[in-house]
Amino acid sequence: MTGRIHSFESFGTVDGPGIRFVVFLQGCPLRCQYCHNPDTWDAGGTEYSVDEIIDRVLKYKNYFGDQGGVTVTGGEPLVQIDFVTELFTKLKQKGIHTCVDTSGIMFNGASEASVQKHEKLLTVTDLFLLDIKHIDDEACQKLTGKSNKNTLDFARFLSDRDKKIWIRQVLVPGLTDSEESLLRTRAFIDSLQTVEKVEVLPYHTMGEVKYQKLGLAYPLKGVETPTKEQVANAKRILSEGR
Amino acid sequence: MMQYKGWEGFVPGKWCNDEVDVRDFIQHNYTPYEGDSAFLAPATEATKKLWAIVCDLTKKELAAGGVLDADTKVVSTLTSHDAGYLDKDLEKIVGVQTDAPFKRALQPFGGLRISESALQLYGFELDPSIKEIFTKYRKTHNEGVFDAYTPEMRAARSAHILTGLPDGYGRGRIVGDYRRVALYGVDYLIQKKEEDKLAMGGTMTPDKVRDREEVSEQIKALKALKEMAAKYGCDISKPATTAQEAIQALYFGYLGAVKDQNGAAMSIGRNSTFLDIYIERDLKKGIITEEQAQEFMDHFIMKLRIVKFMRTKEYNELFSGDPTWVTEVIGGMGVDGRTLVTKNSFRVLHTLDNLGPAPEPNLTVLWSKRLPIAFKRYCAEISIRTSSIQYESDDLMRPEMGDDYCIACCVSCMKVGKDMQFFGARANLAKCLLYAINGGKDELILDKKTGKPMQVSPEFMPITSNDALDFEDVKAKFDNMMTWLAELYVNTLNVIHYMHDKYSYESLEMALHDTKVRRFFATGIAGLSCAADSLSAIKYAKVYPIRNEHGIVVDFRIEGDFPKYGNNDDRADELAVWLLKTFMKKVKSHYTYRESVPTTSILTITSNVVYGKKTGNTPDGRRGGTPLAPGANPMHGRDSNGALASLESVAKLPYEYSRDGISNTFSIMPASLGKDD
Repeated sequence: MTGRIHSFESFGTVDGPGIRFVVFLQGCPLRCQYCHNPDTWDAGGTEYSVDEIIDRVLKYKNYFGDQGGVTVTGGEPLVQIDFVTELFTKLKQKGIHTCVDTSGIMFNGASEASVQKHEKLLTVTDLFLLDIKHIDDEACQKLTGKSNKNTLDFARFLSDRDKKIWIRQVLVPGLTDSEESLLRTRAFIDSLQTVEKVEVLPYHTMGEVKYQKLGLAYPLKGVETPTKEQVANAKRILSEGR
Repeated sequence: MMQYKGWEGFVPGKWCNDEVDVRDFIQHNYTPYEGDSAFLAPATEATKKLWAIVCDLTKKELAAGGVLDADTKVVSTLTSHDAGYLDKDLEKIVGVQTDAPFKRALQPFGGLRISESALQLYGFELDPSIKEIFTKYRKTHNEGVFDAYTPEMRAARSAHILTGLPDGYGRGRIVGDYRRVALYGVDYLIQKKEEDKLAMGGTMTPDKVRDREEVSEQIKALKALKEMAAKYGCDISKPATTAQEAIQALYFGYLGAVKDQNGAAMSIGRNSTFLDIYIERDLKKGIITEEQAQEFMDHFIMKLRIVKFMRTKEYNELFSGDPTWVTEVIGGMGVDGRTLVTKNSFRVLHTLDNLGPAPEPNLTVLWSKRLPIAFKRYCAEISIRTSSIQYESDDLMRPEMGDDYCIACCVSCMKVGKDMQFFGARANLAKCLLYAINGGKDELILDKKTGKPMQVSPEFMPITSNDALDFEDVKAKFDNMMTWLAELYVNTLNVIHYMHDKYSYESLEMALHDTKVRRFFATGIAGLSCAADSLSAIKYAKVYPIRNEHGIVVDFRIEGDFPKYGNNDDRADELAVWLLKTFMKKVKSHYTYRESVPTTSILTITSNVVYGKKTGNTPDGRRGGTPLAPGANPMHGRDSNGALASLESVAKLPYEYSRDGISNTFSIMPASLGKDD
């Protein structure tokens, strides 16, 4: 099986535990205003077979140590869930830690086929980094173009199946940083059983140049990056609930 | 009963049995330290005051345009100047290069032109009598070299296919075993050299005559060293009896070297663990405190920070600043499995806290997986705070070099006091590839007489077709051109080092080596990644030559993509490996001066910018005049698979073919090393 790949990073240190080989998959149904990888949205990319990627990963196995491994991100990696499942199946056979960085948007709890596919993925995935874009559905739709229902359903689904989760929240001043919504997010996290860690990802403007290259308007023009205090404040609320 | 008072309390061994063997002394006497940094002491008031003086002088020097004062008429020798001080009453370790700190010495033996133009640059004028002496009566290394250069050598030099050659300045890179001054005292060292000289009998071949003359020069230098120390009221004829005396004697050894030579890199060796033995002895006796031990080290390091040479603007451009490369190596593991980390390894790094961060001395930690964890943590802590530590792989070097080697400049390893090297700058392989395509005509320079492209190599068959370049054809031509270049390069260096030995011999540094010394012939490569990517482009994409009015290929049109060195892609990386191995084998096939062992390095840390300026458009798409990559780095921006892929490509270069070192310049934002929690 082949997958559509945007790029590889051999020294990933911020997407999951330890030193990780990161696979950026191409394609995403969301259009998050703060997205710093708009070049991964469309369905382009370069095709690679699972085995080609395994060969690449194995070159770095020595660096993974006790914690590291492989993270797939994107784009939205679970647009290509069958590919990810096959990749992870082979990685697990090699004893490599596997992690998905997803918005959960592809999960449809009402569709048996979708649930089955995600069930299968769970059996070969050690950790999910789940990105909650916005706890408020209306705000989420405005921010990303889609409802947050699938995301929240998927979080519950993972929790019910005892899968480890790291919750991630991108912090954009004025968009995702209100105390009220952070507290609501915290309350939601409290309703889950398997959240190991909550990460606040400060919004940055390094993606802006990519919009220019793609000839796209930058949706957050003029929005400031959060201050250290704002980040610390959000971290505190999301981890301590106050 | 020990022979000398200075040896009392030490465990005897071969080192004190009619031998000079510092490593044996260390192995018998040092105390490995596995603990943490809690014992370290802060800067004393005296240290703070002295450092304030240095900072003030630094400001004045900057305000004065880069040089505060320079000697224009006294040629620097070990004994040419009276003592100079920052503040005599406060300094625990004394000695500056001339009779005042920040006053630069006049060192014309490497080349008068550089001395003169450096002085002019900063508003000083060389005394006419010196100019007369060094033009009429006394020849310099520079003059000797140009007397012997062939026209081909001159052409290769001015076209910059051979570049950075030490033919107009001191070659440097020689590291005396300055510890010997402290451990044995100068009289003992003189006696040993006298014995060596006596043993040089038999037929007086030119080599034998030179050896005898050199040892005589060494003995004279040792005598002068004693005289130099005496100007500071110190007697270094006998072994040092205290830690302060040991540090002082060791520093005098180094000070003598920098008074004698303005070398491109004047590294200091591997001293902190050696000195720890003296400090431990004094601490046990209760005659010094930890505060005093740290103060000695702080004052010693402070002196190394103010080593300065008179250099030209071009020179400083080549090296991006005014570096002295006072490299001191720290730590590492012993071959017996014990760590060579001692408390003094911590003290020397702690100077970065007590005096603040600084690029010199170039504190270099010999890293091993097996270093004590507390030391590793301390190194990381200091690195994060000061960005002032260089790391090199002890695990890679130790099997070949043992556990008493040092680093000259940034990556050249040598056994202390047992090895020396002939620094050889580098050959530009990216430019060599262009020569292969153009049959040895330079792509940038016109012959002044004919107005046509300068023919630098003999006339080789150029590529005449305008079709896409054929990989096998280019590779064969490149191989031929490297054959020519390697021979010319080796011969050019043979001339340079013959003359340096003759006119600017490092008598003091060599006095602090074994008389029978191993010599390295340290060649170097520039433009490795550019040449490798160019070959890859020719092999995997289509590269069409574009010619100028003289028919010279001056640009390339590339169709399609190609694998690039720096992405852990064997297709490109193998080409870099092929280049290194091929060039090194060719270097090895030639006679090298004084039976030296040929080595090569890939380490242009800053000069890649200047070398790039002299290299035209290359088949990898690099524009003419833009920088080559530093050292063994991938070309800028071409490594697109992250840090490990990039490092893995570099790590494929076989160290046994590049024994003088491989460098990779690597910057990373702290945030991209992971998150705090």
